[in-house]
Amino acid sequence: MASGKGGTGKTTIVTNLARALALAGKIPVQVLDCDVEEPNAHLFLKPVFHEEEEVTLPVPEVDNNRCTGCGRCSEVCAFHALAVAGGKVITFPEMCHGCGGCTIACPAGAISEKPHRIGVVARGQAGRIDFAHGKIDVGVPLAPPVIRVVKKLAFKERLTLIDAPPGTSCPVVAAVKDSDFCLLVTEPTPFGLNDLRLAVGMVRELGVPFAVVINRSTLGDLRVERYCQREGIPILLKIPFDKGYAATYARGDCLVEEYPEWVTPFIGLWQEIERLVSQRARAAGN
Amino acid sequence: MQELLVISGKGGTGKTSIVAALAALAEDKVLADCDVDAADLHLLLRPEVESVNEFYGSDKAVIDPGLCTGCGRCREVCRFGAVMEAKPEKENSEDDSGKLVFQVDSLECEGCGVCTLVCPAGAIAMQPNLAGYWYISATPYGPLVHAQLGLAEENSGKLVTKVRQEARRLAEENNARLIITDGPPGIGCPVISSLTGVTLALAVTEPTVAGRHDLERVVKLAGHFRVPVAVCINKYDLAPEKSREIEAYCYDAGLTIAGKIPFDADVARALVNGVPLMACSRGVAASAVQAMWDSLMVRLERMAKEQNGHS
Repeated sequence: MASGKGGTGKTTIVTNLARALALAGKIPVQVLDCDVEEPNAHLFLKPVFHEEEEVTLPVPEVDNNRCTGCGRCSEVCAFHALAVAGGKVITFPEMCHGCGGCTIACPAGAISEKPHRIGVVARGQAGRIDFAHGKIDVGVPLAPPVIRVVKKLAFKERLTLIDAPPGTSCPVVAAVKDSDFCLLVTEPTPFGLNDLRLAVGMVRELGVPFAVVINRSTLGDLRVERYCQREGIPILLKIPFDKGYAATYARGDCLVEEYPEWVTPFIGLWQEIERLVSQRARAAGN
Repeated sequence: MQELLVISGKGGTGKTSIVAALAALAEDKVLADCDVDAADLHLLLRPEVESVNEFYGSDKAVIDPGLCTGCGRCREVCRFGAVMEAKPEKENSEDDSGKLVFQVDSLECEGCGVCTLVCPAGAIAMQPNLAGYWYISATPYGPLVHAQLGLAEENSGKLVTKVRQEARRLAEENNARLIITDGPPGIGCPVISSLTGVTLALAVTEPTVAGRHDLERVVKLAGHFRVPVAVCINKYDLAPEKSREIEAYCYDAGLTIAGKIPFDADVARALVNGVPLMACSRGVAASAVQAMWDSLMVRLERMAKEQNGHS
């Protein structure tokens, strides 16, 4: 589940689809919340967490006895994570991407690497749903390494629903890449349309098949639908704006539980995705 | 000169609509859109683009297949999994019968250049990467600096820094007193680049569990960089109980609530018509934004005085 624009309802779709499938007892479901800057899916699925793991990046540690102050490390660092002042190396771990360049470049062998914490990944269980999310520590700029750790938890043999961060840049790519299918969640406003176009460009570049869900479909105009028609993008679900739905979301409850009539549309959404994925697999086979 | 940054943590709480509304109210200002991933402010302000400028992100490694000996050293050292075996160009090419060469997946390449350090054949070069554009535009509400990061690109933080630099330069040139900035969602790299050194951050939240959760994280982030925060609860009447919880949290955290904006269909109407709220409505939301701007002005003036007093 991705979207260019934030707040269109990615988390709503992920959590309700997971709950609907769990309620219908159809298939084992896993939810991975990859919006590691602002993870929210746990607020709706309320998992019991049983495991937490720190995510670290390897950052340089300089042995001052060996360091000659030559400055080669800061020369090769593309991220300005090392500087030489007064013949001594100063490191800025928060700038470091953990590439290991300085360690390789140091002629004196004075640099080793130590783990630097950037966030956590937590795993839990929400009824029949397997759950995991990542969280970067406040002040840490680098989301993709944490996203990659969350995605490694994906079970091969079951359905994994991924809640991606908003936008179209590197954190989203890290979340969407290698998925079998991407649902783009949008709203029928000029913002929704503009950002949907960007998101469509992004998934096309990644080569991931996709379709659209329109949330709050009654608050806006028809430009998003016309755009999808023109581009041949299937619209798999529309959820109208309703103050009752908004209140359910506000409390942190799931639509399919409060309004059971929504279970069928969500199951239908899943069947449609399955159909599109298998159609594509057949086409690729031919 | 002061900088007011509008952020939210959670996306879709109404940052851009509020920035556009404030743009119609404030005087002597420059506008900046730092949501370079999915910029939307231009949709409401209808800019006439005056200059288009290229933005180069970090360099990307490129392997010359003619020089590559296929030793694989680059793949061993790359920690981002960006080096992969190249597909042979022609099945029956004569010169290289099954020679293994490598290539770089530019989507995964972080631009660290470690591969160039280790390649024994000197086959890898770092090449500049056009990663987006930034623009200076004229709008009916003052000059706007905005940008568009290329799809699936990185370095959004670097582009944000560029947008802010240009906004500051413009503000100085025009003797503007204020820069109003539309920030990106989240708390990661582009938000940090937007936040450092601003005068005041206006955190726009919504009365939902997610809005509150994300507000707390973005407030912590602002605290980390010592930026004062005022809070705006948008659509507060959609869930009054959650609004009260947020107000209680703000009270405990010592945060001022600059405004509470009621749900108003005029906001969506303004959006669909592509104009700032203030340009088309005198409804309840518009009056609440006006009241919020009045209180923000008082706070900014107070902060300016304090700053002058200290310097």
